Amino acid sequence: MPGINMIVCSKQVPDPEAPPSLFKVDTVANKMVTGPEVKPVISQYDEFALEAALRIKDKLGGKITALSLGNKIVRDVIKKALAVGADDLILLEDEAFDGGDSWSTAHALVAAIKKIGQYDLILCGRQSSDWDAGQIGLGIAEILGIPAVTLVRKVEVTDRKAKVERVIPDGYEKIEVTLPAVITVTSELGALRYATLKGIMAAAKKQPIVWKPADIGLESSQVGAAGRRIKLTKLFQPVKEAKCEVIEGETAAEAGANLAMRLRQAKLL
Amino acid sequence: MAENKGVLVCGEIDSKLASITTELLGCGRKLADDLKEDLSCLLVGDKIGDAAKEAIAFGADKVYTVEDPLLKQYQADSFIQVVEKVAKDTLPRIVLFGQTSMGRELAPRLAFRLGVCLSTDCLDLTIDPNTKLLRQTRPVYGGNAQAIFVSEFMPQVVTVRPKAMSPIERDALKQVQGNIIPTRISIDTTKVRTKVLETVKEEVVGVKLEDAPVIVSGGRGMRGPEPFKTILKELADLLHGAVGASRPPADNGWVPEATHVGLTGKIVAPDVYIAVAISGASQHIAGCSGSKHIIAINKDPEANIFKEAEFGVVGKWEEILPAFTNKLKELL
Repeated sequence: MPGINMIVCSKQVPDPEAPPSLFKVDTVANKMVTGPEVKPVISQYDEFALEAALRIKDKLGGKITALSLGNKIVRDVIKKALAVGADDLILLEDEAFDGGDSWSTAHALVAAIKKIGQYDLILCGRQSSDWDAGQIGLGIAEILGIPAVTLVRKVEVTDRKAKVERVIPDGYEKIEVTLPAVITVTSELGALRYATLKGIMAAAKKQPIVWKPADIGLESSQVGAAGRRIKLTKLFQPVKEAKCEVIEGETAAEAGANLAMRLRQAKLL
Repeated sequence: MAENKGVLVCGEIDSKLASITTELLGCGRKLADDLKEDLSCLLVGDKIGDAAKEAIAFGADKVYTVEDPLLKQYQADSFIQVVEKVAKDTLPRIVLFGQTSMGRELAPRLAFRLGVCLSTDCLDLTIDPNTKLLRQTRPVYGGNAQAIFVSEFMPQVVTVRPKAMSPIERDALKQVQGNIIPTRISIDTTKVRTKVLETVKEEVVGVKLEDAPVIVSGGRGMRGPEPFKTILKELADLLHGAVGASRPPADNGWVPEATHVGLTGKIVAPDVYIAVAISGASQHIAGCSGSKHIIAINKDPEANIFKEAEFGVVGKWEEILPAFTNKLKELL
């Protein structure tokens, strides 16, 4: 089956590896505010999804279209998809796309996928690193009426089918799924490869295709915040009291022994 | 249009009624009582047996049992047909799933089929006394914040994090009063587009992480697989516990994925959680914050894990752990 058409959904998020102290909630606007130190990145699970697509392309050839939705998407960040080997980059970018929920976002992505037209595999991260909802892949599958396998750590495509490994709590399942299908990818698949210098140079010359709601046949009222079916009523950070009792000693080893005595005394162990 | 009423728990069976289902029933009982409506439970499988009566003992007013040889093993494409049919026939106000392998798949599918948006991985659920709507609290941004969602579209579908809710006390007497409703739903096999070829168990020797009273977890700072097999294992064995890990060791293949504690791994709640060389990223804390006591060993005094820990030692684990373990051997 040469020439697999793949679409990889990838979202720009604030770097989730940044220290927790840099994430602050603006309780008036109900928004997360991150300082300038927190760089935007491609959501980590979406990177694994991209890697899964690249491995299939390495073996069988084909085309990878990276698809992203947002407002003010940073070109240098999202073009990483092109630099590592995606063929096209399509951005659903407009103010109207801002503030969506999984419902409006999945519907906009599907409208774009239908416009792209050809797809054998749609790959998504298992969840985004910002809202962590884990619904988009399944939502896309439901709207398109195609099968989905979640939490995938390995994909092999053969003759109109994919054989995948799905992670379960005490092992994994080997699953066969007919194509076209949606696959959501988990971290065990492995990290995204580094871009080559050649890839970076080629990506620099390419421009992403930008679609507005009207380009995918949607009204502004159907996308982003206007198209939501669930309301965010409050965003907050639970207050934590720092209460750690630090056990000391002349040496690290002595501190370790003191910790044992303290825990025993407190009847924890 | 008929009004949506009552709370439906989508249960799971793992040889018996799964612990997550007893937790959902505990939470669902409270919500149903606040609404003055019924709590139902859906159980799906090839042989349900005593699990239906157990669901009643743990708080359900009604249990729908759907038995079919085709439902022997969980398959999203077959199970969703059952869940969709029951949800459409019984019109619940609220549908509760566990944030499990099954719930993670079925809940979003059901929601999209019914035209609603759900909240996954909820930590808290309450009924707004004025609107009667479900206030759905869940962690966001890898646990860096929490959000409360409300949906006016019915039914209100959520998944609930394991161990976030408590079961009610089992009431064996209630079993006789409960209403078990065997329900026949024919599965359209042409709509089952996935096939499980094989289920591979990656057994972890010793105490299971979820059941361990004590967990000794290592992080990126362990710098390789060895310490997990030696020094952490020795300490865990001494305390009759299990060895866990944060995400980097699991992603690097130092430990099996089944030992990964975190938002995208296992959610654990032992009596004592000992975090060694773990910085305490929010996504890890999400997996262990339910522990009764967290102990941290880390060389960075500013590490976030010390904000979560009750006791801590600052320094190199290579020096601290052997002395800690040896001292415990003397004391225990």
